[in-house]
Amino acid sequence: MTKPESEFTWKDLEIGGIVAEPGNASQYQTGDWRSQRPILDTDKCIKCGLCYIFCPEGCIEQNADGYFEANLFYCKGCGICARECWVKAITMVPEEE
Amino acid sequence: MAKRVGIEVSLAIAEAAKLANTDVVAAYPITPQTHIVEHLAKLVADGELDAAYIPVESEHSAMSACLGASATGARTFTATAGQGLELMHEVLYVASSMQFPIVMAVANRALSSPLSVWGDHSDVMAVRDTGWIQIFVENGQEAVDNVLCAFRIGEDPKVLLPVMVHLDGFYLSHVIEPVLFPEQGLVDKFIPPYQHPMPLHPDKPVTMGAFGPPVIYAETKKAQEVNLRASKEIILQCWAEFGKTFQRHYSPIESYRTEGARVLLLTMGSFSETAMTAIDKMRDKGKEVGLVRIRLWRPFPFEEFRQAVRNADVLVVVDRALSFGGPGGPVCSEVRSALYGEKQKPKVVSFIAGLGGRDITPAGFEEIVERGIEIAQKGSENEFEIFGVRG
Repeated sequence: MTKPESEFTWKDLEIGGIVAEPGNASQYQTGDWRSQRPILDTDKCIKCGLCYIFCPEGCIEQNADGYFEANLFYCKGCGICARECWVKAITMVPEEE
Repeated sequence: MAKRVGIEVSLAIAEAAKLANTDVVAAYPITPQTHIVEHLAKLVADGELDAAYIPVESEHSAMSACLGASATGARTFTATAGQGLELMHEVLYVASSMQFPIVMAVANRALSSPLSVWGDHSDVMAVRDTGWIQIFVENGQEAVDNVLCAFRIGEDPKVLLPVMVHLDGFYLSHVIEPVLFPEQGLVDKFIPPYQHPMPLHPDKPVTMGAFGPPVIYAETKKAQEVNLRASKEIILQCWAEFGKTFQRHYSPIESYRTEGARVLLLTMGSFSETAMTAIDKMRDKGKEVGLVRIRLWRPFPFEEFRQAVRNADVLVVVDRALSFGGPGGPVCSEVRSALYGEKQKPKVVSFIAGLGGRDITPAGFEEIVERGIEIAQKGSENEFEIFGVRG
């Protein structure tokens, strides 16, 4: 999107609210819905990638060191990764802490 | 030359959709709309209309299929009635807000329960605020003409909105009337090809119907509202052009024998023709009465309406639907709000009549007018009266 949605007036909108720029959903920050965030314990993590497979948001990526980490711009804090991790390497921590 | 033929109005509407070179029809049959879509299915099956006919399992699917068709840039037509219109209700909002110029004939019908296949305007009033352009017709010729106009209006690049053409179920849909069918060549010129500026196409992907978070939703609704209101200008232009081409004239508010009328009757749809007979009779008796009909229901033609009624003393509104627990008939409550801020305005009296296929005869309309005058003079304890109801 050329500018943030908050700057659009009703006159700026495309016909029928069409989004003419494909793929711009990637600019939508779903991370601010989160009330708890996943913390990865790299001592326990075996880099199996199960969290990556189960993440419904598709926001977990493998970093340069081979660990799977959630992108907090998108992570909604659902906790599925922590629930599925079989070596208990992921802990959900409330955002206010 | 245009051909005049005796034809059932439902079939005439299907023929109008054919004249308009409809590309896609998605519909589910329901009384009293059935003959419209049955005839379209036949036209497609016989190879007389080169269109895709999508038989669906419900009206919800019918309207949904219409969305998809219209999104690709196909000229799309459907028809429904009563419960069918209710079943497609949520999708109606999607059609208007995504700006798909689908044309839909609605054979107006009462709503259950008790089960009634007969006519009234309960179905229309329930979809009043769905954002569609809505036009009422009074006879077969008007139905054909306005189905043609509906395509041109809806598909106008400045409008791009769906259009409902309302015709009374049975009273109009099942009546054989003389209808002039315009020549194909003139129709082709009158309705230019539909070109959606950003259709669904793999070469240029777009997202339609994306979600709108609180930061943008109000802006989308403002845009929609401004667009629907602005469409009146294009509707007027279309009817003017239609009049020039086909010598039949339409306007948002139509008046009949209103010159010097102290009392005005207000109706919508085919009952207006019966009301005209009643007005003639009362005029013959020397009574200063006239008739005002609303043709364009959405966008509501405030200016034309106020102009049409401002000099009268009494305005008797006949609604063919109830607003349960509300302020009288839906048309009447709109008319009252349209006049509220005016300095010069008639007293408005609300009647509900013709529910679920109950006839209103010319004598009935006379009685309504007389009772309306009485209420205007003496007042009434009730917000409205249901005319002819027993007990």
